[in-house]
Amino acid sequence: MTDVMADRSAVGPDPEVTPGAASGPRPAPPTQRQARRRGQLAAWAFLAPFMVAFVLFVIWPLVHGVFLSLTDQSLTGSGGSFIGLQNYSEALSDAVMWRSIGNTVWFTVLTTVPLVLIALIMALLVNTGLPGQWLWRLSFFMPFLLASTVISQIWVWIFNPEIGAANEILSAVGLEPIAWLQTANVDLISIAIATIWWTVGFNFLLYLAALQNIPTLQYEAAAVDGAGPWRQLFSITLPQLGPVTGVILILQMLASLKLFDQAYQMMNGNSSESSRPIVQYIFEAGFVGYRFGYASAISYIFFVLIVLVGIAQMIVLRRRKEDS
Amino acid sequence: MSTTTMTKIDAPVADVTQVRRTNRMPGEKPFGLLRILAFAALVLMALLWLLPVFWALVTSFKTETDAASGGLDLIGPSGFTTQAFEAILSQGNVYIWALNSLWTSAVITAITVAISALAAYAFSRLQFKGNRWLFLMVIASIIVPSQALIIPLYYQMLTFNMVDTYWGLILPQVVMAPIVFILKKFFDAVPVELEDAARVDGAGRLRVFFSVVLPLSRPILGAVSIFVFIQAWNNFLWPFLIINDTTLMTLPVGLQTVLSAYGVQYSQVMAQAVLAALPLVIVFLFYQRQIVKGVATTGFGGQ
Repeated sequence: MTDVMADRSAVGPDPEVTPGAASGPRPAPPTQRQARRRGQLAAWAFLAPFMVAFVLFVIWPLVHGVFLSLTDQSLTGSGGSFIGLQNYSEALSDAVMWRSIGNTVWFTVLTTVPLVLIALIMALLVNTGLPGQWLWRLSFFMPFLLASTVISQIWVWIFNPEIGAANEILSAVGLEPIAWLQTANVDLISIAIATIWWTVGFNFLLYLAALQNIPTLQYEAAAVDGAGPWRQLFSITLPQLGPVTGVILILQMLASLKLFDQAYQMMNGNSSESSRPIVQYIFEAGFVGYRFGYASAISYIFFVLIVLVGIAQMIVLRRRKEDS
Repeated sequence: MSTTTMTKIDAPVADVTQVRRTNRMPGEKPFGLLRILAFAALVLMALLWLLPVFWALVTSFKTETDAASGGLDLIGPSGFTTQAFEAILSQGNVYIWALNSLWTSAVITAITVAISALAAYAFSRLQFKGNRWLFLMVIASIIVPSQALIIPLYYQMLTFNMVDTYWGLILPQVVMAPIVFILKKFFDAVPVELEDAARVDGAGRLRVFFSVVLPLSRPILGAVSIFVFIQAWNNFLWPFLIINDTTLMTLPVGLQTVLSAYGVQYSQVMAQAVLAALPLVIVFLFYQRQIVKGVATTGFGGQ
């Protein structure tokens, strides 16, 4: 795999080019060294635009964030003196921060399972080839194309306690109305419902693409052996979707942990204890409280959370792959 | 170039629009009970998913009094009206925001795809010191959530004097490591012989890239462009932080700022939502195939 990468640019056989190590210790004839130097220059010409942006807007903020988190820097420009790990110790004993992390994790739990399951059901149904393909794709995927602002406005309206559709439906089936976004703990569930509606279409497409990759031959062979549709679903389709489900699960959890846009906008900027996700707490500490140093420290705690979840999932996935 | 090459290169773009009509399980009757049940379930789910948008549309054509009185009727007691749209469009900024969104998203897409394609080609084909670890570093950066960088990034923009400017809005959005990864995988699969032929004819690296590699890459470049554009068009957090000047705002941010002002004018709020949704929905209606393919391909990281 990596050898392919290094060998590609070689024109014809070239014993001097060792894969992956252009800086081999063996002395090369001058002409070749020149050619190699020109090759290096060309490579950097191709790389430069991306790498400059990468260093400026990813690496530098990443490094500078560590520095900021060790100071009492404020957005207004004051402060900036080194205070050691004070921000981190404050954050770790900050109940609001822990609550925000708790909310974020709870939201991830609330959304991940439905977002994977509903997407799977949608894809399985659409993949049966029933007429109306265009319409199904439109209905399930279109919400994903809407901006967070738009879906927030629509769902705030649906969840309106007096005139919203959600309560109309509840009263139609004889249930008590709920103040969806104004009730502690219910607010995050309401945001989760809106999120499921909004983003399920993305996972649906990923599943649909995966279903297309299962060879029809396998179904034909199974049918010859007398396997019915259900049998085919459980012994061919679902097992083949295993790896894809792993990928979708990772992507979905990481996306849910980054909750901000719709939570912030559906609450119209007024955060409640029970709905504030960690990214919103970063925003509030930095841009409402002006405490850039403290907000940087929380950013790093959030970053560590993401990395831990990512690593945990990689390990689980790899172990499962080895088992099978 | 031969047709076999073309199909080989087209392969990574999953075509989810080509669901076979005859995807009936072999041995299954065309109008069996199972298929009827599946159809009913699809109709039910499609209705459930279309309803919120449909209802927003219905409300946007009501008078404020009708909208505020609730109810699930399609046309309010006072009848069908475009008042809400007229009110929104006459107060001005929606056009500017839509235009800002359009051109900044286009610029972000162009820059992102251009610099990612160049870098991906270098990672795939060219030898240079540190190729492997540099690529690993770029890939590893995928795990860094952009939300964790907003504080230092904003600080950086302050020092660059780019707060409240288009460049401050655009530049931090052009680094998308997954796009580099997808394009590198694609270039890895392009047969090197095609380029060698051009190289023997004396074409330089850049020439080869532009006249041989890029034309071959059109499907994948289209796919990732669509993905990047949708992301940029809908991006909220960064534009929301970096832009305060009303005339520089993008559509999502601009609409958010006036929301509180219209808080109780429901038909106007819905008219806004409809207007903001319209451009992408119309594009989607016309280019459903390409968009669906683009998102499915890019979403998986080209796997």
